[in-house]
Formats: sequence, structure tokens, C-alpha cells
Amino acid sequence: MRKVLLAAFLGSAAALAVGGASANDEVLKMSQNPKDWVIPAGDYASTRYSKLNQINSQNVGKLQVAWTFSTGVLRGHEGGPLIIGNMMYVHTPFPNKVYAIDLSNENKIVWKYEPKQDPNVIPVMCCDTVNRGLAYGDGKIFLHQADTTLVALDAKSGQLAWSAKNGDPGKGETGTSAPLVVKDKVLVGISGGEFGVQAHMTAYDIKTGKVAWRGFSEGPDDQILVDDKTTALGKPVGKDSSLKTWQGDQWKIGGGATWGWISYDPELNLIYYGSGNPSTWNPKQRPGDNKWSMTIWARNPDTGVAKWVYQMTPHDEWDYDGVNEMILSDQTIGGAPRKLLTHFDRNGLGYTLDRGTGELLVAEKFDPKVNWTSGVDMDKNSPTYGRPKVLDAASTDKAGEDHNVKGICPAALGSKDEQPAAYSPDTQLFYVPTNHVCMDYEPFKVSYTAGQPYVGATLSMYPPAGESHMGNFIAWDGKTGKIVWSNKEQFSVWSGALATAGNVVFYGTLEGYLKAVDAKTGKELYKFKTPSGIIGNVTTYENGGKQYVAVLSGVGGWAGIGLAAGLTDPTAGLGAVGGYAALSNYTALGGTLTVFSLPAN
Amino acid sequence: MIFVASGGIAVADGSGDPTAVKQNETGEWLDKEGNPTYKVNGESVDWYTYSGYRRYHSDCHVCHGPDGLGSTYAPALKDSLKTMSYADFLGVVASGRKNISTAAENVMPAFGDNPNVACYMDDLYVYLRARSNDAWGRARPGKHEDKNDAYTKNEDSCMGKK
Repeated sequence: MRKVLLAAFLGSAAALAVGGASANDEVLKMSQNPKDWVIPAGDYASTRYSKLNQINSQNVGKLQVAWTFSTGVLRGHEGGPLIIGNMMYVHTPFPNKVYAIDLSNENKIVWKYEPKQDPNVIPVMCCDTVNRGLAYGDGKIFLHQADTTLVALDAKSGQLAWSAKNGDPGKGETGTSAPLVVKDKVLVGISGGEFGVQAHMTAYDIKTGKVAWRGFSEGPDDQILVDDKTTALGKPVGKDSSLKTWQGDQWKIGGGATWGWISYDPELNLIYYGSGNPSTWNPKQRPGDNKWSMTIWARNPDTGVAKWVYQMTPHDEWDYDGVNEMILSDQTIGGAPRKLLTHFDRNGLGYTLDRGTGELLVAEKFDPKVNWTSGVDMDKNSPTYGRPKVLDAASTDKAGEDHNVKGICPAALGSKDEQPAAYSPDTQLFYVPTNHVCMDYEPFKVSYTAGQPYVGATLSMYPPAGESHMGNFIAWDGKTGKIVWSNKEQFSVWSGALATAGNVVFYGTLEGYLKAVDAKTGKELYKFKTPSGIIGNVTTYENGGKQYVAVLSGVGGWAGIGLAAGLTDPTAGLGAVGGYAALSNYTALGGTLTVFSLPAN
Repeated sequence: MIFVASGGIAVADGSGDPTAVKQNETGEWLDKEGNPTYKVNGESVDWYTYSGYRRYHSDCHVCHGPDGLGSTYAPALKDSLKTMSYADFLGVVASGRKNISTAAENVMPAFGDNPNVACYMDDLYVYLRARSNDAWGRARPGKHEDKNDAYTKNEDSCMGKK
């Protein structure tokens, strides 16, 4: 079957039109209509930018709530709804309900899907039972359930068209990420980095649900899908590029989970995503670079074969997952137009690469407090080209097992987690929700048991010394690697941003505010406190000639776990007072979609 | 049931009076009922409290939040131990627990087969008992008694079994 499909792609366009390739054109075209929101990140480039400008920096202050919708689920609500024509599709955390809502008929529920899932999957989901959203293609809505079942639902009726099992929760594999439809395939990653899974990106046939290809994050070449043309920083990766960087069979429980977002460039025919931390969190137990964990992957969506890879954090010592979104933009650097990929990593560095070749152009700290590295070696002739210089004071590997390394910034939450940033072609700036948190980290020996947590480090988190705010919302110039403006937030900003042609940028806060700021200056223009803390992503759409802005609230996720009680104050025993506010004093559980618009006049 | 009268003093501790009365050969302190307990002297703690702090902040805090304070996802164990006995604690950690209703879907996994947890049940209990009785605050214990040979021998044999 796979050979047949591959042959079809090499054939004529006419042959393609018969197969699922039409789904590609469909989603690509639909994503260019600003009235809809058909891809989790807004478009294939993951810009989270909308051309809608009815709501703009002049009038956004008059925004008001148009309607609300309770999801009936209490857990952390990540992601956001899809909007296609008059229909809106809202997903929830476990039990992973999907509601299809008719926006032109009093927001009536047209159909509802609720799978039966074994509740034993709940505790295998590190850090809450979140789900980051749905995908659309070929008349179907795709959902990656907690138990790793990928389901295809008829968009009109909610009827199950097919389902496929993407992993085994018994081994700690779970589903939290949003799929992405590319041409005739549905791409989906897997969670379980804290359970020692061998993580992968998998492509399913959009019509049948059969596996087309599966590329692992670590393992033999035929499992990670690299060939003699695959490069890292311009050079071929060579044979056994992953195996050589693990001791023995450790790659089999090596992690590198793929629970973040996927981007796609139709012209270059490449998909982009990041792999997460190597398992365990104890670096002493897994000597080597642990490739290709912590890596930006560029793969051919038809075959899965990697064109290039770039490992950001070789031999991770801090849980700096590399899964955050890859934002594709076309900008001019040094007088030359470049096809760029920009990525804000958990490790606190903002990377800009050439997305065709994987050439590293910029790697700079997007939080000035980042202190584990003095920066990335940008000298192409250096033997350590492309590697971050790890400072001894922050090296948990150097300190060794049973030694507590203090004051590492960022914390394991990263300077930014999965909450996606936005990019506006109008300002050529990235709008980045960030965490401003540091940690103590003490690795120790652990043993692996299938389906059980495989962590191996003790950590405690707190704001950077002398500061009491735990987050910033920043504007970033990806060409130079510089912060343009930065707004302090009391808590980590854990909500995906939205940039619009109206010169407005939206984001949510953990206390529950939806905020609108001026795209050029960062000046706050509007805020409204929704029923619960926001870890969802802001979305916009147009219906009946009116622009709406929608966001899921419902506190939870790792933010809800780490911050509910407030961070640990390392000096509490000495009687110091700081701004270690408990999130639980500001908000409580509960999933609600809040939709905003301008008043009638 | 919530308050257990002990020696005339009402204490909110599922296992009764937490006062340490004797120490066994592994360095573990016991209360008068023979349940594991903590021994805190100012800034210094016993080995079990320290070890429990470390194990808690590896395997438990990802659901139960920092310092036993709970989260949006799982209850505050600092409070749970006010009503939960040592035996119940061991049972829940080893076998897990489900609380599924129309309003809540809380599931704790069984850790009986996970040596990273199962070999440190007493350590976790002692640390959380200290937290529950406010004998130890949110900070990481600084000074602590050393790990002794008998403890190390037990630990090695427990971890080695798997």
C-alpha cells in the first residue's frame, strides 16, 4: 500500500486528484480564508496570525463577551476550537469530548462525540489530562485521544469513520497533541517522555487510518528514517547517528516525546516538529548526546525521511523538551530574502534557521535570566559548531547524582512551554508567552518499570533572584534575536498568542484574563477575566460579517500543578517575603469557551 | 475520626501522636504506636524526612504539586495525612485509587511495582507526616542525619530486586 502511494506521488497531478491529495489543496485553500480557523495554529506556517481587522487597536477597548459555552469538563483546557464556515468544533481534556456547534443557529450543539476510555490512562498522563486540539481534512475531524486512539469523525454527523491505535498507555504512551493533516495523511506525535517511551511521529492514511510511515526520535537508521542525504548543520549525519550517542539499548526507553506542534511548508514539501527530553531526567544514567532527542526535525511528509535535523540541547541535564512550535516566516536577513524557521525552546534560546537547509542563523536568549549556557557556538569551523556552551555552575551532570544544583534558569518548565507564539508579517515580530522561573535540580538513580514514571530528579522552582513575577509576554525580532518589548506578568503566560491585521495581539493569563495589547508597543488595550485560568490558545474567526475572538479557559496542565500552591520560596526559612503567589488564590477549575466581539454599533 | 485524641492532646494526624520515641537500626524514627515518624531539630532532619523530600519531588510532585500542597490535578497530601493512617497510606500508594464520578475523574496509579516509589514508602510517609504536622516547611531540608549502612543495605536489596 505504501509503495502504491509513493508511486502515486511521483506520478501526474491528475492521478493525485483521484487520491487523498485533494485534501491537501482543500486544507491549504481553507487556511487562506481568514474567516475560518481550520488548522490548530491558524495556518501551516503556525503563525497564529489572522488577516481579520474589524477588531483593531483603536476599538479593541470596547470588546465585550458575545457568548460563552461550558465544556462540562474540569481539567486543564489547552488548545482552541476549529472554525469551518458556520461550524465550530470544540474539544476537551479527558474524556476528550468533541462538540460541533452551529454558529448560525444560536450556537446549538449539532453533534457530540464522547469516547469510552479506560480511566487508567489518567495517571499515566504526566501533568494533567490535557488535549491540544483537533485537525480537519477530507470532511473529517481528527482527534488524538488520551489512550492514543486517533479517531476520524465525519465533520457533518460526528460518526466514526475510522480509528487507529497510535501507542500503548500500558507503557506510558499517551495522546495529548493536536494532529496535522498534510495532503493525504494525518500526522500525530506521542507523549510519555517521563515514562521512558521510544517516541515517534506517525503518518496515517487519511482515508483508511493505515500507518504510512513512522519516524522514531531515537534508534537505528531505519527506525528514525534518515538516509545518506540527511544533514545536521550542513553535514551528513552519517550511519547510526542516533545509536552511537546512547549507551547500549538505552535508546529503547529514550523518550524524545513528540507532543508539541507540527508545521508544514507546501513548497519545500517538509514538515517540522521538535522532539522532547531524553529519559530519564538523571543525565548521569544516560551518557552521550542522546540523539535525536531535543531536536528540530525536518521530514518529507510523504515518506517520513528526514532532510535535516538540529539538536538544540545535546545530553539534556534539565528537562528542556524541544517540542515547542516551529514558526515559518519569509524575511530578509543581511539583504537576502530567507525562508526561515523560528523556534522558542524550553532551554530559553530563540532559534532562527534556514528551513530549507537547517542552517543555524540566530540563537539568542529570549529571557535575559537564562544562565545554564553562555550561548551557542556560531563558528562554522569550530568542532563544537551549533552546540550550546554549558556552564559548570548549572551542569547537573558535572555535579552528579545526589548533588543539588541551585539557581538554574530556566526551570524545567522552560522559558517557554507548549503555549504557541504568534508571528505578524505586518510588524515582522514574534509574540511570545514566556515563563520566568528558575530551579534547583538534583538527579539520582532510578530504575525503569514499563508504564511507571521514570523521572530520576528532584526539583523545586521559584522566580529568578530578586524578582517576584513569574512570566513575561514579549515581542521578539527573529532576524536579530532581540527582545523588542516585554510585559511583566505575575504568573507564567501559558496561553497561545494570536496576532491580527488590526495591530492587536491577544493572549490569556493564568489568573484568567484575556488581554489585548498593541502589536507595535505592547501597550495593554483591553482585559477581561474569564471564568478560570487560561492555558488555551486564542483564536479568531468571522461569522455573519462580524469578527469574533475565542478562547478556552480552564486552569490545569503543568502550570496548574506547579503554580497552584505557589512556588517554593527558597529563603522562606529565613523569613524573607516575596511574590510567591498561589494561583489557587485567583482561580479554580472549569472549562469554558468565551467568545468576544465588538458591540453592534 | 478526624481528630484522634492522644495523650490528652488533639492532633490532626491519621496515625495519632507523631512524637518520635525510638529509632530503629536503619535510622528510622518511630512513634509510640510503632508508626514511622519524623525527627526535626531546628534546621536539621532525620534521614527519612530528607530522603522522602527528594523522592516526593521526583515521583509525586508532578501530580500532587510542590511540597505536598496539592494542585489543580491531585489533592494536597499535606492535608490528606491529617486523616489517613500509615496503613491506609501504604495501601493507596501500593494499589492506587480511583475516584470517578460525573464531577470528578481522579485516578492514582498503583506504585507497588515501581521500585523508585515502593522502596521509599516510609521515606515518603515520614516526609509528608512532617509536612502535615507543620514540623517541616516548604524548604528543602538543609542539614540531615546521614544514610546509615543498614538503610543502604535495605535500599540496595529493594532496588536490586527489579
